[in-house]
Amino acid sequence: MISTAITDLWYGFGIALEPHNLMYCFLGVLVGNLVGVLPGMGPVATISILLPLTFGMPPVPAILMLSGVYYGAQYGGAICSILLNLPCHPPHAVTCLDGFPMTKQGKGGTALGITIIAAFVGASFGITEMIFLAPLLVKMALEFGPTEVCSLMLVGLLAGSTLAKGSPLKGIAMTVLGLLIGIVGSDIETGQPRFTFGITELFDGVEIIALALGLFGIAEFMNSINNTETVDMRYAKVGITDMFPSKADLKLAFWPMIRGTVLGSLCALIPGTGPTIASFVSYATEKKISKHPERFGHGAIEGVACPEASTHSSVQGDFIPTMSLGIPGDTVMALLLGALIIHGIVPGPQLISQHADIFWGLIASFWIGNILLVVLNVPMIGVWVKLLSIPYRYLYPSAMFFVCIGVYAANNDMFQVGETLVIGVFGYVLLRLDFHPAPILLGFVLGPRFEENFRRSLLISRGDLLTFIERPISAFFLFICVVLVAAQIYVWLRKPKLIAAEQAVEAAVPRTSYSELAG
Amino acid sequence: MRGSFTPRRDYYAGALMLVLGVGAAIAGRGYKFGSLARMGPGFMPVVLGIVLALLGLLIAGTALLSTKPDDSRFLPANPQWFGWLCIIGGPILFIVLGSSAGMIPAVFACVFVCALGDNSGTVKSSAILASGITLFGVLLFHYLLSIPFPLLRGVDL
Repeated sequence: MISTAITDLWYGFGIALEPHNLMYCFLGVLVGNLVGVLPGMGPVATISILLPLTFGMPPVPAILMLSGVYYGAQYGGAICSILLNLPCHPPHAVTCLDGFPMTKQGKGGTALGITIIAAFVGASFGITEMIFLAPLLVKMALEFGPTEVCSLMLVGLLAGSTLAKGSPLKGIAMTVLGLLIGIVGSDIETGQPRFTFGITELFDGVEIIALALGLFGIAEFMNSINNTETVDMRYAKVGITDMFPSKADLKLAFWPMIRGTVLGSLCALIPGTGPTIASFVSYATEKKISKHPERFGHGAIEGVACPEASTHSSVQGDFIPTMSLGIPGDTVMALLLGALIIHGIVPGPQLISQHADIFWGLIASFWIGNILLVVLNVPMIGVWVKLLSIPYRYLYPSAMFFVCIGVYAANNDMFQVGETLVIGVFGYVLLRLDFHPAPILLGFVLGPRFEENFRRSLLISRGDLLTFIERPISAFFLFICVVLVAAQIYVWLRKPKLIAAEQAVEAAVPRTSYSELAG
Repeated sequence: MRGSFTPRRDYYAGALMLVLGVGAAIAGRGYKFGSLARMGPGFMPVVLGIVLALLGLLIAGTALLSTKPDDSRFLPANPQWFGWLCIIGGPILFIVLGSSAGMIPAVFACVFVCALGDNSGTVKSSAILASGITLFGVLLFHYLLSIPFPLLRGVDL
């Protein structure tokens, strides 16, 4: 098994190191790092804007670049948290707790240095996990018929909506809404237009870019306009030489880093628990098992190393279910799955064998991208710090320009700009009603395939719904669904106690009005 | 934020889902429903619509049971009517000017109007930002990526 993995990986490096692919990988991580630093821009909006620009490219560089934006943004996000106490990126919110106190003590550089090391360790483990686990999952998934696929998707949808932030009931409602939005357009089997209201532009369905940019672009800007805090730049001065941590610091951070990595990679495997949950869980665990829990919150280096390693290993691990099963765990992955479909690649267990170039090329590009990011971040830290001081009043109008022209460029169609605007305003209404729009995208991307498989499995069983319970693997997935729902009801009934612990961590994190959903 | 339910707003939230669900189910009735073994195009819309409507009732119902202090305001504490208007107006101008006058006026107007929405945004600062973005946008999208969007309609640049 190890030898085949090495051969495949070697092949992957051959692809990722082709000059063309390497260039796009570099471009992706650079843009990712940039938007990661900029407060108010998230990887979801950025990937949506870049997506139409990849239409003319072959699929390999396109996917390498778009993925690069995602993990690149994680490197940038930490800078914001540590130097400014601004949790621009949800996964790095918890890093503020100890990162900013370190900055105040003049050890901001050390914190950043540790972050980069932790990031690299975490990411490396996440990638290794993907190399070995993805083919295993595929072996299992190849046995799946439409019935099993259907139940598995149900697990993904339910986990994605209940484990994420906010009320689980509202999360499920958003998923169903996403499924309904996915129905818009011509029916796959009969070709009948549904929910199109006679508008010809809607016959092909709602554009994924319009949906993503409406919900995570326009709605987000409406939420944060004139509502952002002024940025405190007093402590944000870092030189390269400050970034190398001392031996004592490294020794302190070593085990927390390893523990964070393992926790993060476990979180990545549970659909719906992305990097944000991973970082919160690992911070809480580290604090609990520490011999000096009182140091946490006052600039403990463990409190930076652990969640950061966890985030990065979870970010890389996030790709596993998406690439091997075709079931995305969160918004970014839903978007990447949409990108694969647009590029004519059918996601699912056959992806690794049919498009080995994409799968192994992507894994190899993760290593290359992470090395590039480490190299980029050390000498360019000064540039990133300068970027932090760009005020929001310049950022959002520029972002609006990218939104408009990005949506237009997708089909050279002004109708879609209007579509984005309508979705954006509706998204803001949802935000005001405490709905988190992330599950909409999940439902939207999985919707058509869910319907197709649901129809097919009932066609095979001649309309017998019991088929979902009679087939053992499908029954197992449904059992997980029942457990998920039961757990939510239990939490709801026991609310006060369980929530208190969660809120203690959340309350400690400084609030930011913008980009809460950007990750 | 789990736990911090604001009951009154949850009534609106539940009602919105109820309306959307019922609407989807009614619209879906116009398509052939079929049977479980041979589902028509109307099956999923109707079923999902009913599920969404039920979820709406549940959201409102759990809010009813909650004893947390209530916040009936749908609008935020400091509504930004002018800012919102600017953010909505930007893309509208982009569409109108883009299809009638071309890329340069569309981009300039979009960024200019959006920038005006910020409290500290002045006509001058917005115009400077808009000019910069327009120049950058033309270079990147027209010359480098060559998307089919005439710079100025009717004028050959």
